[in-house]
Order: sequence, then C-alpha cells, then structure tokens
Amino acid sequence: MSKFLKILAPAAGGTASVLTLAYVLADQFVRDVPAPLRGVVSVSAANAQTSTQESGDVAEQAAETATADAEPEDAPVDAIEIASGEDAAGHTGGFGLGRTALPEEVVAWDIDIRPDGMGLPAGSGDVWTGEEVYVEKCAVCHGDFGEAVGRWPVLAGGWDTLEREDPVKTIGSYWPYLSTVYDYIYRAMPFGDAQSLEPDEIYAITAYILYLNNIVEDDFELSNENFLEVEMPNADGFFMDDREDTELAQFSGEVCMENCKDSVEITMRAAILDVTPGSDEDDTTESIAEASAEIEYADGDVTEEEMADGTEGAAEDAPEEVAADAEAAPEDSILAAVSTDPAVIDAGEGVYRACRACHAVGEGADNKVGPQLNGVVGNTIGAVDDFRYSNVFQEAHDAGDVWDVDTLSAFLANPRDAMPGTKMSYRGLQDEEDIAAIIAYLVDASVE
Amino acid sequence: MVIKVKGTKPSRRNFLKAAAAAPVAAVAGSRAMAQEADPAIINKQPWMQYLGDGVDARPYGMPSQFEADVVRRDVPWLTADAVSSVNFTPLHELDGILTPNGLCFERHHAGIAEIDPAEHRLMINGLVDNPIVFTMEDLMRFPRENHVYFLECAANSGMEWAGSQLNGCQYTHGMIHNVMYTGVPLRLILEEAGVKTAGKWILPEGADASGMTRSIPMEKAMDDCLVAFKMNGEALRPEQGYPVRLVVPGWEGNMWVKWLRRIEVGDEPWHHREETSKYTDLLPDGTARRFTWEMDAKSVVTNPSPQAPLTHGPGPTVLTGVAWSGRGTVPRVDVTIDGGMTWHQARMSGPSLDKSMHRFYYEFDWDGSEMLIQSRAHDSTGYVQPTKNMLREVRGENSIYHNNGIQTWYVNEEGAAENVEIS
Repeated sequence: MSKFLKILAPAAGGTASVLTLAYVLADQFVRDVPAPLRGVVSVSAANAQTSTQESGDVAEQAAETATADAEPEDAPVDAIEIASGEDAAGHTGGFGLGRTALPEEVVAWDIDIRPDGMGLPAGSGDVWTGEEVYVEKCAVCHGDFGEAVGRWPVLAGGWDTLEREDPVKTIGSYWPYLSTVYDYIYRAMPFGDAQSLEPDEIYAITAYILYLNNIVEDDFELSNENFLEVEMPNADGFFMDDREDTELAQFSGEVCMENCKDSVEITMRAAILDVTPGSDEDDTTESIAEASAEIEYADGDVTEEEMADGTEGAAEDAPEEVAADAEAAPEDSILAAVSTDPAVIDAGEGVYRACRACHAVGEGADNKVGPQLNGVVGNTIGAVDDFRYSNVFQEAHDAGDVWDVDTLSAFLANPRDAMPGTKMSYRGLQDEEDIAAIIAYLVDASVE
Repeated sequence: MVIKVKGTKPSRRNFLKAAAAAPVAAVAGSRAMAQEADPAIINKQPWMQYLGDGVDARPYGMPSQFEADVVRRDVPWLTADAVSSVNFTPLHELDGILTPNGLCFERHHAGIAEIDPAEHRLMINGLVDNPIVFTMEDLMRFPRENHVYFLECAANSGMEWAGSQLNGCQYTHGMIHNVMYTGVPLRLILEEAGVKTAGKWILPEGADASGMTRSIPMEKAMDDCLVAFKMNGEALRPEQGYPVRLVVPGWEGNMWVKWLRRIEVGDEPWHHREETSKYTDLLPDGTARRFTWEMDAKSVVTNPSPQAPLTHGPGPTVLTGVAWSGRGTVPRVDVTIDGGMTWHQARMSGPSLDKSMHRFYYEFDWDGSEMLIQSRAHDSTGYVQPTKNMLREVRGENSIYHNNGIQTWYVNEEGAAENVEIS
C-alpha cells in the first residue's frame, strides 16, 4: 500500500489531488458496520458514514500515509472526520425489520434439492414415461438421445473422455450427484418454461437421462424412495480447491526484471484461426464468417436503437425497407405541391445556408452532424442509411411516416415541438415563405 | 530484438481503419509543422455558432454520438442462445478503474429478469431461528456500506486455454467490471433471521428463470458479502440484477447472484448445477477442482491491443492496462515490450482498493519497431501472475475457468496489434 502511494503521490502533484485520494482511501478503509456488533445504538444525523473507532484509526493511517510524501501540515481533516464519525450501526439483537415468512411461503420458494435428498418431493417416474416427456419437452434442445442440438448442452455419453484432449462433460460422464439433475430440472427447466413440470414428470425425465447414460436398465423406475441408491459414475471425480497448496507458493516470489531470456519467438497467433467477431472473413471458417457477417460490429454504423434492441443485423435490412416505403409513399403528389419557381428556389438556397453546417444535399452529399438531405421531400422520415437518428425519428420511420410539405413545414417552423426529442439543435424558421422556399430548394438540389 | 512471425501478416480491419486516420507520425522531441491551416480551426464549426440542446433534451444523459463504437459486444458462436450467453466489457475504450454501468459485461442464464421492485421479496429460510421476508423498503432501512469491487466471470479468458484465439482484450478479458456498490452487509440480514449453530453454508437464489443458485460458506457470508441495490450511485441495471444482487468480493462472478430473492441457510453445500457441471475446473488426470471461488491475480494491457492499435507512429506512447486480485490489492504491475527479456515497473494510478481493479501506466518512446507487450501483476499476498504455460503445467488445457495467465500482444511496425503467445 505505502509503496503504491509513494509512487502515486508525486505524480498526483497538487495537494488537492492528494486530499481527494486520501478521502477516497479513508472512505474505503472504513469498515462501516463493525464486527463484532457493539452494544451502541446511535443515529448519525449528518450523513450515512458510520464506523468504529478502530476503523477510524485505519482511515487515519491511510490518510497520513497518503500525505506522507506531500505536505504533512495539510492533513486531510475532512477524511479523518468522516472516517471517525458516530457509530450508527452498532446494533445488537436485530433491527426488527421484515416479517416472519409463512410456512406456505417457504414451501412455495424452497424447492431446491441436495445430494442427501433434502427437498426431494414424493413421487416416481419410469424410463419409458420419461422418454415421452423428454421427447416432448427437452429434445428440441438436447436431442432425442441427449446428444444435443447446436451448442445446447450434451446430456449423455462422453464416458472416459475426461482425460482426453476434448472432454465431453455430460450428466453421465461428469456430474457427481443425481440430485443436481433433479434440482436443476425442477427449478429451471424446460428452458423458457421453468417450474412447469410435475414431480412425477421430473422423476421420469431423470430416469430416462440415467438410461441414456447406461446407468440404469430400461425397466427402471426412479422415486424419492430409491433416489439415493443411484450412484453417479463420476461421483469421486471432484476435490476441494487446492490452489493454496499446489499453486500459490509456486506462483509467488522474486521475478526476473532484466536479461530474462536471450530470444523470443511467437509460438501461437490468433490470426491463424481468427474467430473474433467482425474480423476479416478470409481468416475464418465458413460458419464463423457467416456469424461475423451478421454482426459487422467494426463498421461502427450500428444505430442507437438497434443497439438498444440488440438487433444489429437489422441494419442490413434497412435499405430494402426504405425502398418499400418509398414505393408506397405518394411521392409525386407531394412534390407537385412544391414550388418550382426559380426565384423561390434561389431564396431557399439563401435560407439553406443556416443548414449547411450540419446537412449536405446534392452530388456526393454525405451525412454530417445531420443526415444528407437528397430526396428528403416525399421520402419516409428517418430513411437515410447509416445515420443515427433520435428515437422520435426512428419511431416515425417505423410507423411509415413521410416528409410531405405539411410535416416538413411544421418541423422547420419548430423542430422540437414537431419532433420532441430530436437531436437537431435549430430554433426553427419564423417565416412561412422561408419554409416554402427551403423545401423548394431541397427538391431542386436533390440528386438521385 | 528479432521476432519470428509465422503465418500471414496481420491485416486487421481495425488496423486499416486506424491507419487511414493516422496523422503524420511524430518523432520524439521534434514537433511537426502543418502545411496549411487546420480547417477545424479556420472553419466555423456548427457547435460554435448555433445553440445546442437545452437542459431537458437529455433527461438521462448518454455518451456522445461519436462514442457509438464503445459498446458491449458478444461472440455469437460461443453459446447456443443470446438469453443464456455473455457479452464483454470494452476494456480498451475505458480508463481509470470504474466501469460505467451501461458497459458492464452481461452474463445471463435465462435472460434479463424485469422485476418490479414493489413485487420483489427477499426470503431468508433454512437453519435460522426466524425465517423472514423482506421487501425492498425493509432492506433500505438497514445500515449501508459503499465498496468498490471487481466482478470477474470465472470463465474470463477461458477461450484462450488452448492458445490465442480472440483478437481484442474486450473478448479475451472483458468478462469483468469494477463498480462501487451500495448495499447492506449480508451479515446484518442473516443475523436478523438468526443463523443456527449448525448453519455453515448459504444458498442464494435468483428470481430469474434460471433460478441461479450457488453454495457459499458461512465465513464468507459473514465477512464481506453485501446485499447491494446500487451500482456507481444509481439503481442496479436490470441486466446486473435489479433491484437487488449479492456481492461476493474477490470471488467468481457466478456467485454474485442477481435478482436475489432467497437465501437458504444449511449445514452442507447443495452441489447445484453451477458448482458441479459448471464452474468446476477439470484437470489433465480427469479429476476436477470444485469450489474454486477466489479469483487469482491478473492483469492485461488494454492499450495498445488488437482493437486499439497504435495510430500515431513512433514517439511518446502511453501503454495502459488494468490489474486485480481476489485476494487483496495489486501494489505492483510489471510490463515488458520485448516479450519478457526486460521488464519495467509500471506506474500505478488511482485508488488501490481491496479486491478492486487497479489502473497502471507505462509511458515510453516507441522506436517504431515490433513489440511483444505483456503485463504481470503482483498482488498484496506476494502472488505473481503466472504465464499461460505455467498454468497449463498445473492445470492442462481443459479447465475452462480461472485462466489468469499473462497475455501477450504482438505490435507490428505499423502499430497493429495481435493476440499471440510467445516462447
């Protein structure tokens, strides 16, 4: 700790920074609620900071350490005061909060099962019944014989593979306790319809899974009576974490800092089998390339809304949608209402100068702070590719709303009233003639 | 230094993007001259001339539109379905030690439970004197504490056991986040129910459709666990367990049960799915470690890294990264840019908090030659982050979880970075 602080303190520079650090440290060092509980009840009116004298001392030390290399006379008084505040939590005998759980409430929620059978409900089910229920409820993900569909968990097989390069960890090959199977099905399966199975159905499914793993014969019936008699093949395959004995000493101690090796060679490269999303397709296997192509993260054109929905792939659908929307829009009748008078268009070009900084129109127009405006009059609202619209635009787009003379005029007159939440920071055009002119200019200046 | 590269040259899209945007390379000590005036200065920018949004335009502030790339990302092929999957914190885009709430990686086993806090209950049952039900309002009346802790998924870096696989620290190390929790010491809540002498374990259970459960020894429960309802000052995000989750400092993330609805006290562990079938560490002899709760000390250089190449050319360069340990603080991190021939002690910056992420920096003048960059964490117990091969010697390649081996990034002359392993 002190070493770190010595490194940091000079780098931090000003006393103010050091004080901030001391404050943070002191705050963190506070063991707010003391252990063991002390027989003192008090209410701290000033703030929620609570501590014992003991933890206050620690904080004080921390504060001192923090300033040791800086200016001792500027002791962080605030930190010390906060850290040694009143002992608000020294409460014995409980707070009297909450209420006693009713027995039926505990029964409703406490349905978990333990290896010693604690929690097992009364019931039974046989292998053949289990097969029927399993095929109906489980096989869609786990396969008819527990072999799994796609990347869903494999439930059967894999015996004697645990020492191999690619172990197959199934209920039969790996799981140490049968209770785990029952418990998990009981509380969490079927996936997406949890806690919908009756105890007898779960006994039956469990019996079928045992059968799939060659642990029982096909005439087996599992019940709460014989449950503990079933021995799982890998029951003895687990032992308590022993890193403390096998690793910690080996991975501690002095390290080499200089001349540690004569040469270095790259032995493995991610580019050889690159499975990074969005990475170059020629590095990847076909299936992975497809998965990456759907995502296309790296292009950075994912819209806010798409991110919120988690449907990045929607970006690819956008052009088609726009095309369909444009077809449906009565574009010609909208454009017929727009002036083609050159004087009006000229006036519109003048007014448009206020828009240019954010919006481009015409040949080669790209999105800037705002979307490019080619063809905006008569088009669906929010239809420009690769532009991150605000929600209100996205909603209008999704609803199929179109920029006609009326909607565009209202928007240009008062953008925030017309499209609440728009990101366009423009106060609006007061003059109706200016609005008509700018619309005329946008139509005239647009290119395909 | 001679670096022997096998296979094709790196041609990463990230690098191409970066190279296109790269300005004239600066040489240390000599300042570049502009040929013509910078349009960013000469031209009036719209934000200098026109008014911006008013105070009510963004009631909940979001990042700038220019930060749209800074998002959690997933690896689609990794899991069967997005509702039982994981995405990754964009570590290469972050600095300091705190993870913004919206970027904290997600791991769900049955999707995000959307819970009305008024309908949420926390039940304490089992070997207690008095089984209790708490409402959220009840929980808010207990004394609270504030602590910054990292949460790391036990499977973080789990795809790298057999060798370099994913290009980006977001994918290799992004199953971690570090936030300040506000919550009630679990001890106070358990004491409210009165734990019987025989009560040696607890079983926290989530309210989501996976019914997440883990067995936790009573010593840990009574030590530093929190029942937390705030992260970085605001309510937990739904994907992080709103309205209330368990905080199990320094221990694997799966134990930090989200949407916490029940805690059972028992005399033995439950050996449920997530502590038998999953989150057990298979060794080469076919046996497996269970209850590998503590997260070993670990570090990673976040910049430069494959998603964050060097685009500025030779000269002053900032190397930075994060380090953490489930057993305490990380007072020291060493870094190397020559594949471990020479190491340098990095500069730690920011608070050094128990079981929290730490930030380190190493500033140097890059000469434009190839680099092999690594970082090596030393935690407050004296443990030193091992190499991947040291881990493999003990654990083989099939243990999936708890891969805290030293990460290597190869950086070529153009600044592009790649995930590699070295001799």
